[in-house]
Amino acid sequence: MSDKPTPVLRESATFDRLTIQEIQRAAETGIYDIRGGGTKRKLPHFDDLLLLGASMSRYPLEGYREKCGTDVVLGTRFARKPIHLKIPVTIAGMSFGALSAQAKEALGRGASIAGTSTTTGDGGMTPEERGQSQHLVYQYLPSRYGMNPDDLRKADAIEIVLGQGAKPGGGGMLLGMKVTERVAGMRTLPIGVDQRSACRHPDWTGPDDLAIKIAEIREITDWEKPIYVKIGASRPYYDVKLAIKAGADVIVLDGMQGGTAATQEVFIEHVGIPILAAIPPAVQALQEMDMHRKVQLIVSGGIRTGADVAKAMAMGADAVAIGTAALIALGDNHPRLDEELKKIGSAAGYYDDWQNGQDPAGITTQNPELSRRLDPVEAGRRLANYLRVLVLEAQTMARACGKSHLHNLDPEDLVALTVEAAAMARVPLAGTNWVPGQGF
Amino acid sequence: MNKFDLATDSVRELNQALHDQAKELTEREWHVSNPGGKHNLAVGVNEALSIDIDGHAGYYCAGMNQKATVTVHGNVGVGVAENMMSGVVRVKGSASQAAGATAHGGLLVIEGDAGARCGISMKGVDIVVGGSIGHMSCFMAQAGRLVVCGDAGDALGDSLYETRIYVKGTVKSLGSDCIEKEMRAEHLDELKELLHRAGFNEDPASFKRYGSSRQLYNFKVDNASAY
Repeated sequence: MSDKPTPVLRESATFDRLTIQEIQRAAETGIYDIRGGGTKRKLPHFDDLLLLGASMSRYPLEGYREKCGTDVVLGTRFARKPIHLKIPVTIAGMSFGALSAQAKEALGRGASIAGTSTTTGDGGMTPEERGQSQHLVYQYLPSRYGMNPDDLRKADAIEIVLGQGAKPGGGGMLLGMKVTERVAGMRTLPIGVDQRSACRHPDWTGPDDLAIKIAEIREITDWEKPIYVKIGASRPYYDVKLAIKAGADVIVLDGMQGGTAATQEVFIEHVGIPILAAIPPAVQALQEMDMHRKVQLIVSGGIRTGADVAKAMAMGADAVAIGTAALIALGDNHPRLDEELKKIGSAAGYYDDWQNGQDPAGITTQNPELSRRLDPVEAGRRLANYLRVLVLEAQTMARACGKSHLHNLDPEDLVALTVEAAAMARVPLAGTNWVPGQGF
Repeated sequence: MNKFDLATDSVRELNQALHDQAKELTEREWHVSNPGGKHNLAVGVNEALSIDIDGHAGYYCAGMNQKATVTVHGNVGVGVAENMMSGVVRVKGSASQAAGATAHGGLLVIEGDAGARCGISMKGVDIVVGGSIGHMSCFMAQAGRLVVCGDAGDALGDSLYETRIYVKGTVKSLGSDCIEKEMRAEHLDELKELLHRAGFNEDPASFKRYGSSRQLYNFKVDNASAY
């Protein structure tokens, strides 16, 4: 028997096993990886912030007795019919096509029970979604799939999409395997063809044109509906200023941790900025133009808990939007699906091949057998429960900070755990008065 | 005839009056004077009205039109008849870029020239241009027909889907996946009908047909050099 020690295997920090696997996959196939979901590596996030509950110098509210308001009005700048939501957590735009009709219906049901809005996506407006959504935001996207004035008039608000947090500057790609007869019909394209959604609007080329485009949509809808402008977080200070100048009622700012139905892995992980870093410059732009709280700010991109909601609002958001979390609440990646997911090379908690249409949860699929598995009523109930929990959690933290409404949270209720988060969120490092970049 | 003078009336008043016709039709004939290049004229009309705009219009004139017949006795700016669903829009002069962008149905006639990106992402509309069109026209066009009696600029039909293009004059260059196709009898008949509806006296046999080679419909690494 050798007396030599067993060698310790040491993985390269640069070429770790995942990197090696990706190089091998690329060498084998000659094409980049396309997947759904959001970022997988750790990025600066709301977890790097803490809320300062009250002790001596602040006066808390009683957690189970005193009221903490949660409502929000969106579109108060120009719209004749602003949207009044009971809770400041909305459902982000996700397309019929990427999602099954049952999933879209469930999102509408859950949002309506909780008193909030849901949003269409690239595939147009389905009757199921409109029928079950008390407040429905209709996205006006570069692709204009299914876009028509009848649906514009049926909508409660219109969201002009300029970018998505998971892929600012990138268009969509609905792979042919999910393009069924109904999806193709709504998108005016052949069945089974990869449906490339354009990365830019075809009939305007800059912010001056956007102002005229917004005016056109207002004219078509008789100035009744709020006009949202959604931007992928990359240069939020300038984009928000230009959106305000162009006439937006509401700005939706989507950070890089946001999800996508299908795009290049390299895009998901390397384009855009985290929502933590995007909110302060956006709020600064609003404040400099005296539009904070007049043009409402909805932020999204990795919202998971009531703590995320409270921290986003303390940073200056009027509301948040959830996408991936809503799908999980409906039942995606549920442990009961583990065996089925393993058969397609994944496992519960890991499934992100939303592009290939094999989702056993019946959510990110157009396969009729799979999509029938999702009960829209039960899934809607689950989503409503989750939304309630988010709001209850945010309320309890706000009360601890002495706030009688979620909108009363402010940056002074926050500190950062890391220098990086302090610099991005523009709040002090915990235990200090130091905000990096703002002197001592 | 209902008359609007945009020297004194506002665009908002015009559009509201036009929209109100969908609820209570009181007048089918409309005349708009002094448009002065204003944007968003007669957008979102949802009734079979006849609207004459006596002069030049700005961006998005007749945008999202449904059922109406809109005639512009002048030139138009960007995005005339964008996302039109049905009806007829006729421009007596020339059009700027993105004419008929994403339009799903109806007929757009431009008697003069059209700028870049004519018919971009069109989804079923028929567009007939008496003159020439600019570069990147029919980019990512999905369905419908584009007829050009003059010449076409660079990259015609780039990334085209099922739209059919007919051009009488020269084509500076074709975009990715766009090819010249055979003019068969059914195409001559189709073109004859389109020209007739548009009011152009052209010989269909003098046109060439272009369409998608459908090589890029599904992403394959072998096609990567085409992107």
